[in-house]
Formats: sequence, structure tokens, C-alpha cells
Amino acid sequence: MRRPLAPPVAAVLSFASAFTMAQDRPNVVPGVHDALVAAGPQSAHIGTLWNLVLAICTIVFCAVLLGLVVAIWRSGRGDATTRADVSMVARHERGPYLGVIWGVAVSVVLLLVMTVASVVTDRALARLSLVDALHIEVTAHQWWWELQYGGSPDSARFTTANELHVPVGRPVVLTLKADDVIHSFWVPSLAGKKDLIPGRTTTLHLRADQAGRYRGQCAEFCGFQHAFMAFEVIADPPEQYDAWVASQRRPAAEPADATTRRGQEVFLRSSCVLCHAIEGTTAAARKAPDLTHVGARTTLAAGTLPNGTSEMQRWIADPQRLKPGVNMPASTLSGADLGALAAYLVSLK
Amino acid sequence: MTTAAATQPRLNSVPPTAQDIAALERVWRDPPGFLGWLAAINHKAIGKRFIVTAFGFFVAGGLLAAAMRLQLARPDNHLIGPDLYNQLFTMHGTTMMFLFAVPVMQAMSVYLVPLMIGSRSVAFPRMNAFAYWIFLFGGVMLYVAFALNIGPDAGWFAYVPLSGPDYSPGKRVDFWAQLITFTELSGLLEAVILVTTVFKLRAPGMTLNRIPLFVWGMLVTAFMVMFALPAVMLASTALITDRLVGTHFYNPAEGGDAILWQHLFWFFGHPEVYLIFIPGLGFMSSIIPTFARRPIFGYSAMVLSLIATAFLAFGLWVHHMFATNLPELGKSFFTAASMMIAIPSAVQIFCWLATLWTGKLSFKTPLLFVLAFFFVLVLGGMTGLMLAAVPIDLQVHDTYFVVAHLHYVLIGGAVFPLFGAFYYWFPKITGRMLSERLGRWNFWLFLIGFNVTFFPMHLLGLQGMPRRVYTYGAEMGWGGLNALASLGALTIAVSMLLFILNVWRSLRHGEQAGADPWGAGTLEWSIASPPPACNFAAIPVVAGRDPLWEPDALPAHVSGLSVDSREVLMTTVVDAHPETRESFPEPTIWPMLGALATTVLFIGSIFTPWAVVWASLPVGIALTLWFWPRRRENAAHLALERTP
Repeated sequence: MRRPLAPPVAAVLSFASAFTMAQDRPNVVPGVHDALVAAGPQSAHIGTLWNLVLAICTIVFCAVLLGLVVAIWRSGRGDATTRADVSMVARHERGPYLGVIWGVAVSVVLLLVMTVASVVTDRALARLSLVDALHIEVTAHQWWWELQYGGSPDSARFTTANELHVPVGRPVVLTLKADDVIHSFWVPSLAGKKDLIPGRTTTLHLRADQAGRYRGQCAEFCGFQHAFMAFEVIADPPEQYDAWVASQRRPAAEPADATTRRGQEVFLRSSCVLCHAIEGTTAAARKAPDLTHVGARTTLAAGTLPNGTSEMQRWIADPQRLKPGVNMPASTLSGADLGALAAYLVSLK
Repeated sequence: MTTAAATQPRLNSVPPTAQDIAALERVWRDPPGFLGWLAAINHKAIGKRFIVTAFGFFVAGGLLAAAMRLQLARPDNHLIGPDLYNQLFTMHGTTMMFLFAVPVMQAMSVYLVPLMIGSRSVAFPRMNAFAYWIFLFGGVMLYVAFALNIGPDAGWFAYVPLSGPDYSPGKRVDFWAQLITFTELSGLLEAVILVTTVFKLRAPGMTLNRIPLFVWGMLVTAFMVMFALPAVMLASTALITDRLVGTHFYNPAEGGDAILWQHLFWFFGHPEVYLIFIPGLGFMSSIIPTFARRPIFGYSAMVLSLIATAFLAFGLWVHHMFATNLPELGKSFFTAASMMIAIPSAVQIFCWLATLWTGKLSFKTPLLFVLAFFFVLVLGGMTGLMLAAVPIDLQVHDTYFVVAHLHYVLIGGAVFPLFGAFYYWFPKITGRMLSERLGRWNFWLFLIGFNVTFFPMHLLGLQGMPRRVYTYGAEMGWGGLNALASLGALTIAVSMLLFILNVWRSLRHGEQAGADPWGAGTLEWSIASPPPACNFAAIPVVAGRDPLWEPDALPAHVSGLSVDSREVLMTTVVDAHPETRESFPEPTIWPMLGALATTVLFIGSIFTPWAVVWASLPVGIALTLWFWPRRRENAAHLALERTP
């Protein structure tokens, strides 16, 4: 009788061991990611409304429970043999009647208060002053974010990915587009979310009033790697922001040593160039994140990994292991080529 | 024909004689044997199967949820990858919404409504059997697909373009879309059956303002089904033609529209929530009076609230879409409508409180489950108001806050009352009582486990954890609350095991229930437990809302119905005056075979559009034989027509 038991036990054991096996993904250090920690007027408005609605709802919830407790406490006790009195159907029950009327009346008033407060907040969100606004175009892809900064002349425009830099105190108008399926742009500490919908263009207005890093994440289920489609918003003081813009407008730095030179060669002769672009080289494909200044970003693969040479190397070697389903194939490069390529990319500050 | 006229049909007398009762039992019972089992059309047999099947899907959906909670119990967990996880949550949502919540309510009413209104059957009993088989085959199809690793993985809401041909290649989403066809067909047929049953088959004297509130709830639900389900059938059919024959309803590149799907889906999807919630309200209104030993307070207000809820439910769908680009005025309208639907719910909650306040309470398990409603559903209602406010919704939409909210509403508003209903009507259905002791353990573990699972999810949502993620990084700090939620899920699983154990034990050793173990007031408690095949040997005449509590309980019965054939009494819609006698069909296997043929058509069409053509032949044959007149039955019906 012992043998039939063995396979289930083995199954349970292997299940448990699988359960205890955590992924060896190195952790990134995320920016602030909390709907109740506001760093700009949009989430601050929502926070105020939240406090009001939470207070009203808490009071009503407690009142209903109190009503239930009192009802249980003061009512009589009976059982299946207790005669049910149907005479009250014909009778006007004044106490319960007044109770219901007052309960409903108070509910209606409170609902009105919350409706008005919601509409007023909604208007406030829509009326963020857009004087001197910065315009950025966000295009969501499965599973990363493409960010295009405008400017004139055309040479002042640049494209980056997964890391949105904004100046503190200046309103930002985000034009939101989707390349494949529906995604949703959400930085809880700066603003509510807005969907990016194929075939449509939406906009989102926000402003960061405090310098800092704020994490955002796709909030609409978009397939395999919905879980790892994050981005960082970095709010810098204006002069720092301007310096960042100036650096982004420059083409990629030329390789400075033999390793990075080899890395660039590897990049340009391998399949990388079919999807990625590096300004200042012949790589100009736009299917995947622009890598012109990839070394200056804090994360890789849309917030999946911290940036660094070893992480870059691991990522290129086998992206499917770290982010299953991602549209980047595993590399067939030799160890030395891989190391040089990672060093080159990380050097692109 | 002449030979038939010669045999005088026998009619029942009042009170029914032993021969009457035996004859009625012979006439109304389903045929014996396995083939007889397949041919069964008695509403109680179908109702029981329906309930057990839907509960089976509930357990399956719960196991899927347990797997998800296992995966999310710790950050960066490798146990389940995104491919399987996406199937898990899609299957969980689809199962709970389409294969459990709506069907189980219809199943309960298929069993209970005729008993509560004093009828011998539901209307269209063969169609009722057909609806059950379609439901069963659809659900089995979905689970077979899941077992073969072709389970749907685009979410129970299947947003395009993700669910479209470009981003969900293969057959996975086709099975989902076809499941919608199965369950909606079944749901629409049941709605037609329920409306007809309630309007035409009530016992004499049961005027519209004497119908039990559960029956009112199911009537309102059935009307909502008829208006809501066509929207999703249209949507899923357009999706499947986009996927299979290259139409472009949802393809923006070819002039289609991705948002069109969301409007059609939520025009069904929001009323869907109330399809689940309103029957729950009906259970509340059945159980509270019985255990408060008094009629419900504010019957008319309750009925009007149910109807108001049904109307308002169709004006809220856009609050699932606040994060798409909407005009300001539109958002304000849907905020106001979403807030407004709280009013009829408030009316009912206050009326129940008034009933409890002035009652003499008996704290049996059914009442405990019903009292949990006031904690769980009201909390879910409060978070619902938060979600109705557009700005707050923009923050917490598509986060775990919404996961918490919807489980508080659906489990609090429907599943707790449903378990109350299981404990309440189990004695009627089986003739045996469920154990009170196990029932209390079941209740407390469920209540505690539920709150431990879902309350932390509010906080996770506010901390920014999105829904439908297969894992999350340790750096996000969501690990602790997720582990707690998983622990709660384990507690729920234990409580469900106790329930199943309780049912299993009580079926064998449960205390005999007798006709009316709770001292309840509605008609189903006037007959034996379990009820005889014909329900009522003599149809009662009703003189109040709680006929068994009236001072002279059930003084009158109807005489003059045949005891040799399946004859029911039809009454007028409003006043329930006797109108006509109608002969009902006998058991046949053709509804089951028709459902099988329809299943072949539906599943075949996933693989080739030509299946719609060639598989319509067996469907046509089955339907023809289903309705083929039989000489013996015709003769019996004609004879009855000649006997006044």
C-alpha cells in the first residue's frame, strides 16, 4: 500500500521545492510609487478628494454596522416555533418607517456631497495651467515605453526609453499613443492613469513640484510581460534638466578604448541593428528602445534590472530568462564579444 | 382520436386522494435508468444538476485562484510563468462570472421558483433541460481547452487588440469567445423560462404584490439578462469573426475601433454585476424574515428598489472606462449614475435592518451568512463609491484596490447570501439538515479568511500594485501583504472543504428535515422535503405574501387538474386569476441531443467556418424530432380539452 502514495508525495515535494525557488533577478531601486504620496498638484487634488470620501465612507460603514449591532442587541429572540406575526403588514410601523426614511435621506445627501466633490476635483485636474508646458510624446510598446522629446529645429528632438525626465515646477503635456495593444500610463505619485489606445491619441497633464524619482508602471493588462513594464520619472531642478536635455541631444559618444570599440563593432555587425538605434552610428531601427544614451539610464528592460555592465551582459545573453516572452531574442555571441558589447552599451552615457 | 375521447381523464380532488398523489408521482417523475437520466426535464432534477455543476465550476475557479495566490505569495516567484498565469486569471474570471455566478443563481431559481409560486413546473421544461446541457458542454469545452494548454489568456474581459488575431494567435481566445456563446445562449433561454414561469404559472391569488422577494429578484434579473446579454454576444461574435474570417470590427488600421469592444463588453459587463447581486438580495429577503419571525419591512420599497437597480445598472458601464479618453461631461454623468445606484441598495439595507430591529431573531447558520452581508457588501459598496469618483478611480483603476472591491461586492453581495441559501434550502432539496456546528465553522473561517485575503488588497492597490501581474519585484515592498492574502486564501479553502464535508455527511446522516424545519412562510415549505415530482398534489390558493404564516394557513386548493398527464394551471399576469389549463411536454432525450449537436456546431466553427453550415444539419434534425408530435400525447391533450 505504500507504493501508490509515493508519486503524490513526490509531486508535493517537487511542488514545494519549486515554490521556494525565487528568481535570481537583481533588484532595481524604484522611485516613489504610492497613490497616497503626492509630489504634484494632480495627485494632491486626488489625495484631498480621497481623504474626504474615505472619511464619509468610514462613517457610513460604521453607522450601518452600529445599526446592525443595535438591531441584534435590542431585538427579541425566537426559533422556528415562534409564531410569525403578519398583522404588521397591514399596520403602519412608525419607528422602522422613520428609521428607513432618515437613513435614506442622509445617504442621499452624502452621495450628493461626494458627487459634487468628485466633479469639482475632476474640473481641477482638467484645469492645470499649461503655460510654458513641455510636450513629450509617449508611445507604449509591448513591454517598454518610447519617449520622444520635441523641439525645434528638428535636430533638437531626441528619443529615449523607459526614463522620463521632467523639470520641476513646469507643466508637462504627454501625448499618449500605443503601437500594438492597449496600455495605461500611470505614475501614482504624480497623476492618475490614462490609457494608450491603438488608433487613438490621448493626453495627460501633470506637474512634478518636488525633485525626485517617481516610478510608473503599465496599468492595463497587455500580455506576457505586463508585470515588467515599468518606467521612472525623474524630476530635476530646471538647470539639471537642461543639462540632461543637452546631453541627450548629442549623438552617442565614440568608443574610447579597445573593448568598447570592439563592442561597437559587434553591435553594428550583429542582429542588434535590426531593431535598435544609436544616434551617430548607422544603427537607425526604431522597433526597440533607442540606445544612444542607454548607459545613462538607471534601469534596463523597462524597470526589470538595474543598469550595469554585468546586468547588461546577462540581459543580452538571454532576455527570455529574465523577462519571458519579451520580443528580444537570446544572443548567439561569444563570451568575449558579449562582454565587449555590454561594456560599449554601458559606456553610452 | 375517437379512442382517446372515449377514455375520460381523471382529475384531482381536494384534498388529493392517495390515488391522486400516486398517479401524479407517476406522471411527473423522470424516466428511470441512464437514458432516463439524460431525458430528464423535471425542473428539480435539472435545477439540482445545474446547482451542482455550477458549484463544481466554483470549486475549479477557486482552485485556479489558489494557484494564483501561491504564485503571488512571495516576490519574484518562479513557480508559475506568465504564460500559465495569464491563463489562470483568465480562466478564474471567466469561470466565476460565466460558469458560476450567473448560472448558479439561475439554477437556484430553476429549482426554487416553481415551488415558491405554487407551480408544478417551470415553463418550457424541455428548453430548460437544453439550457442546462448547453451550459455544461460549454464549461467542459473551456476546461478541456485549458487542460490541453489552449486555455484563453487575454483576460475575462478580452480587450482588443490584445485578444485580436495579431496579438493572440492560435485558438486560445476562440475558445473564450465560443464559451460566451454557450453560456449566453443558456442564460438567455433561462431568462425566457423564468419570466414566463413567474408571469404565467403562479398559484391563484398570488398577485404581483404577493410574490416572494426572491422571485421578484429573479424576475428582474431575467429581464436584465435579456437586455444585457445580446451586447456581449454581439461583441464576442464580432471578435470571433475578426479572428477567424478576417473582419475588422476592432482593427483601427482598417477603420475598426478598439474602444467599441469596451463599450459593448461593459454594456453587458456592468449589468452582469447586478445579475449576480440582485439574486443575492433575493436570498437576503427570503432568509431574513424567516429568522426574524416577521414579514419583511417595506415590501413595496424593496420591489421598487430592485427595479430601480435594474434600470440604473444599464447607465454605469462607462465607469469601467474612465481611463480612456472621455469628455468631462460624460465622466460626470457616469459618476452621478454610479453614485445614484447606491440609493436603492441603501433602501434595501435599511429595510432589512428595520426587519431585524423589530424581529425575534433565531441565529441559525443561514442568518449568519446573511448578517455577514452587512459587513462585507457594505464595505465593498463604500469602495464602489470611491471608484465612482473619477479622480479616485484614475488612481486605483486596474490595481489590486479594484480586485479587493469586486470581491467584497460579489462575494459579500452574492456568495455569502448564496451560502446562506444553501444552508436554508438544503433541507428542502434533500430532506436533511446540514450540520449547524460545521456550518458555524464554515461561516467563521470563510468570513475571517475572506477578509484576510481581500482587505490587504486595498492597501496593495493604493501602494500601486497593478492587477494581472504574474509576479512583482521584491524591491516594491508588496511581499508582506501578498503573503498575508495568500494565507487568507488558504483559510477560505479550508472553509470550503468544511462545507463540502458538511454536505457529504448530511446527505447520509443529516437530521430529517420535515416539511418546514425553519417555520418559514413561503409556499415551498408547505410540501414534503424533498418535494414530490409534481410539487403540489393540489395547487394552493394564496391569500397573502407569506401564505404559511396567514392566520388560516392554506385554506383552499385548486381542483380539476388532470392526474393522468402533465397539466399545469396558467394564471393572469397581474392578479393571478386562473386562466387556462396547459398540457406540458413529457421527458425526451432530444433536448440533450440537440445541445450536443449545437455543441458540435459551436466548437467546429472555431476550426472552420463551414462547420456552421454542415453542423446545422444535425441541429435541425434534433430540433425537428424534439418538436415531433406524438399521437398518444395529442390524444390525451385533446381529451382534456373536451373535459371542462
